[in-house]
Amino acid sequence: MIPLFHRASRQGGLLIALALFVLFYGLYTFEHPRGGSADLIVQNANETFTLALVAMAQTVPVLLGGLDLSVGPLMTMVNCLASHLLVGDGWDLAFGIVLCLCAGLLAGFVNGALVVYGRIQPIIATLATGAVLIGIALFLRPTPGGAVDSDLSWAATNTLFDVADTYGWWGGDLPGWFRAIQSIPVPVILIVLVVLLVWLPFKNSVTGRGCYAIGSSEQAAFMSGVAIDRSKLAAFTLAGFFAAVAGVYLALQTGSGNADTPMAGAYTLNSIAAVVIGGTSLFGGSGGAVASIVGVMVLRAISFCFRVVPEDSPLGFLANPLLQPLFEGVILLGAVSLGAARVFTVKNRLQLFG
Amino acid sequence: MQDFIRSIDRPILVACGFVVLILAAGTAYTAITQGTATFLSPVYLLQQLKVAAFLGVAAAGMMLVILMGHIDLSVPWTIAASAMLATAAGGPEAIPVGLAVGALVGLVNGLGVAVLRIPSMIFTLGVNTVLRGLMVMLTGGFSPTTMATPPMQFLAKTELLGIPMAVFVWALLSLGIVFLLTRTPMGRYIYAIGNREAAAYLSGVNTRLVILGAFTLCGLCSALAGILLAGYSSKAYQAMGDPYLLPAIAAVVIGGTNILGGQGRYAGTVVGTILIVLLQSVLSVMQMPEAGRQIIYGLVIILMLVLYGRGGRPAA
Amino acid sequence: MIADTPPLVRLTGVSKHYGGVHALREVDFSARAGSIHGVLGENGAGKSTLIKIIAGVVQPSAGELAIDGRPASFASPQAANAAGVVCVFQELSLLPDLSVADNICITRPPRRLGLIDRRAQRRRAEELLARIGCADIDPRLPVKALPLSRRQMVEIAKALGRNPRLLILDEATSALTAADVEKVYALLHQLRREGLGILYISHRMPEIKALCDTCSVFRNGRHIDTFPAGERADDEVVRMLIGREIHSAYPPKPVRTEAPAPVLETRGLRWGQRLADISLTVGRGEIVGLGGLDGQGQRELLLALFGVLRGVEGSVLVDGRPVRIGSPSRAKSAGIRMALIPEDRKTEGLLLPMSVGENITLAALGGMAKAGVIDRKRESDSIARMVEALRIKIGSADAAVGTLSGGNQQKVAIAKWLLTDARIVLLNDPTRGIDVGTKQEIYQLLHDLAAAGTSILFYSTDYDELIGCCDRVLILYGGRVIRTLEGEAITETNIVASALNLETNGQAAEAVPA
Repeated sequence: MIPLFHRASRQGGLLIALALFVLFYGLYTFEHPRGGSADLIVQNANETFTLALVAMAQTVPVLLGGLDLSVGPLMTMVNCLASHLLVGDGWDLAFGIVLCLCAGLLAGFVNGALVVYGRIQPIIATLATGAVLIGIALFLRPTPGGAVDSDLSWAATNTLFDVADTYGWWGGDLPGWFRAIQSIPVPVILIVLVVLLVWLPFKNSVTGRGCYAIGSSEQAAFMSGVAIDRSKLAAFTLAGFFAAVAGVYLALQTGSGNADTPMAGAYTLNSIAAVVIGGTSLFGGSGGAVASIVGVMVLRAISFCFRVVPEDSPLGFLANPLLQPLFEGVILLGAVSLGAARVFTVKNRLQLFG
Repeated sequence: MQDFIRSIDRPILVACGFVVLILAAGTAYTAITQGTATFLSPVYLLQQLKVAAFLGVAAAGMMLVILMGHIDLSVPWTIAASAMLATAAGGPEAIPVGLAVGALVGLVNGLGVAVLRIPSMIFTLGVNTVLRGLMVMLTGGFSPTTMATPPMQFLAKTELLGIPMAVFVWALLSLGIVFLLTRTPMGRYIYAIGNREAAAYLSGVNTRLVILGAFTLCGLCSALAGILLAGYSSKAYQAMGDPYLLPAIAAVVIGGTNILGGQGRYAGTVVGTILIVLLQSVLSVMQMPEAGRQIIYGLVIILMLVLYGRGGRPAA
Repeated sequence: MIADTPPLVRLTGVSKHYGGVHALREVDFSARAGSIHGVLGENGAGKSTLIKIIAGVVQPSAGELAIDGRPASFASPQAANAAGVVCVFQELSLLPDLSVADNICITRPPRRLGLIDRRAQRRRAEELLARIGCADIDPRLPVKALPLSRRQMVEIAKALGRNPRLLILDEATSALTAADVEKVYALLHQLRREGLGILYISHRMPEIKALCDTCSVFRNGRHIDTFPAGERADDEVVRMLIGREIHSAYPPKPVRTEAPAPVLETRGLRWGQRLADISLTVGRGEIVGLGGLDGQGQRELLLALFGVLRGVEGSVLVDGRPVRIGSPSRAKSAGIRMALIPEDRKTEGLLLPMSVGENITLAALGGMAKAGVIDRKRESDSIARMVEALRIKIGSADAAVGTLSGGNQQKVAIAKWLLTDARIVLLNDPTRGIDVGTKQEIYQLLHDLAAAGTSILFYSTDYDELIGCCDRVLILYGGRVIRTLEGEAITETNIVASALNLETNGQAAEAVPA
């Protein structure tokens, strides 16, 4: 009984986030004329995937107690890279995707090396590498453009059925088990795969657990013999990987590469907010990528709600598109402020100082 | 002479060296391609000084915050908001309104960091977004059409003894900052907080007030930069502050101020500003696209940090 | 006794010094397998340094270490672990946000397919917890959900999981409930039967008597004696711990005809779990000492008085007026003029990269400024005055404080507050880790301050100091003042006995639950 209670309170932040998601998405579905329809869900999933991956990328360095300001730029760079590479036939495409992901791994690794060997603080190191990455993105795509394989693009942004349809699986005669799952949107499948095949194994590895240890107490982790350098390097490299996945997907979604600096910055900021909303502590040691995915879902649900507020209702002013950036900013600020509520519970003020 | 050199921070010397290097590289470039040495002409150098003034004002405020071990990422939209609201207010209230906006933003930042103890990186980033949202709401997404008032234009554009007024403003501000940092208790407290806030707190320093004050001053500096920019261009425009954030941080860090706080001299920030402006200018003469510029910024920051002792604290 | 097998661990001629301070002097020491070997000594006696050397946390400055008769040198705690030497430290090495099982198996967890096998890990944790008699701790709980006493037990289980041949426990029972203490005793007896060697560091005599078969006494960095337990009487052991000679000469204490006017008074001061009910008075020109075992609330009391703690209940009066001190800057203010020389000079008392001058003037800077500008002449005069008065050895006032020796650093920390002309001075273990010469100077300084009317309240872990300096000594236990010693009654025996909560007839009281 007691362990259950502790599990629940540990996941308290996550449960609240889930509740918020249900609330807002429910509101949205209720208000939207096509609420609950398959089309709409697919569209919503598409809009959520990229940010979800960027938030997963942000989560890992945050678990260490740091921050990665280059996740948005990294995604943008891979986006532009993908707009060059994702063309051609099957093998070319696969190779292109692998190359993009490797670029992400490399960039992440450089971040980690700067922090571990260069002994530069994560915040400033990633600020600088973010600039370099935007530069590379601009170099790859001075103006928005490029192309991606249209089949892959269609398949990635629709349901499993469309995948089978596009690639002619089973010659159009789909087996029963497949038909049961055919309307699941592909982004949902992708994120489940990423979580199952990449995140959970990492979290359950010694290196992954080391990240939590470092965030919890770097001093005690050191005394306990945790391999600190290795975990830090791995954390930033993994962040690079997730951001790269986001970049590839964005290319598939938009069909082009766009070195949009403000957009990169917005993604970085939103990823931090999502991490906080999902319940991961900014001081490190607790939380996880799945929680951040829920955080993104909440953020997106809120912005969806803005679209469907009826103009004649008392909340009508919310529908004004000019107000949306302001509200999003206020929500972001509120979210990160909540994450720092410990200032009110601390009894020995000396503990407030780093 | 030896003592004089030793008394200057090593980073400042390195930065000065780089300034010379950049000028040399640029001169070589123009000598080879055009047969001129434009980079060494007084007209050119004065022009650079004027451009540097805008960045320098922003960097001055940023330095105060970085010295405490914090950072202010709300500079871009504080610049823009102050400029827009100043031009919108018009008349004699323009400049006071702009400055008041900056002070208010700084105060909010200070409250979030000192009282709520939210990491400054995140809080100021949030404030930046809120400011942007506010400005989008007020301006409808377009650049305001109101013109900068004559006093604003005076501050930025008028020349006195052949030197643009903006440079004088920067110089005056610099004197004030140097005075604050070296001759007042608050300046000493800023360094103390950057070194170890717990020890400053236990020494009876009202650390909250100092942090609030420093962030407010930073907001004022950003506002001043915005007012000067608007005066120079005769109007305010969307996202006018965005190009100033990274260079301001870079100028401070390149000038030898430790990103974790507690160490750094203002002269370094001035040299850092000049270095960045010259770098920008040389790159644009070489027709380096924005891509290359961003890459070079990032690399320069990293290089300097590694050279200076890796951005960590010196061993006690 | 199997005399011909080499001892499990042996130190020969081991010394360790930090700058001018000798933590250990030419220590010869050995412990055997299959025994519980107690190490007794006061604070500063060198026990911590001894085990840090054995456990691989620090290297000796001189001398040799041998395990099983073979020379050994441990560069890190992990190296020591590999040789079978495991230490349960005083500062817990647990990760608060991770589960008990994760903590116990933090370095070499059971793996399956390369990933941590959580089920096997939980079983392993359960086994270890059962072995120490704590099967009721659920391994899935996060460590931060456990009270301090249980955390210590988890720390012990973690050490056990590393398969030690020599297990070192450093004040391991200080945070435990009485029930858990019994469990630990049972466990240690069991481990002894299994052939482990156990080093048990403590300064609680009842424990040593109950547990150990051999005892070693340390004092001032030297190994005084080793004897089978029970062979020496209590007061003989106390004498060995304290030593007959008072090593420092203390300035003479003033003779008082009447109680001085109270300057600082507390009534019923309470805070969280650490301060239960403190009522005390410090008079004008009085030096009052706080004694007792570590962690009984002394540090928290000083922090509470200085305004650092939130949620302090009860009342504080200065000159008979009730005051609310909500921050150090309020404590420093003109109406109260309190000063605190904090515990850790490196992280709380000084700004190491800044200059000596900047550190000295930090607290008094406000008073040296006219219209917001620092009066440079007054500043440099004050610095020179302090450097001279306290005889701080520096090349120039511009040198970074971090370059000074420990004693000089502490002098700077004190000078900072002297400049504020404080009336009430609180000191948190001011002479810890400082050479004898500087200690003398500090004692003289305190004496002079008191003679000039300053009220001094200071916590020290050195009983010699309390005896030599204080007019009155308050012994704290469990967040309360359990005994007040005055004048002639301030003796070593009384302090040690009260601190250990021994009744004067030698019976031990119950350990206070954490």
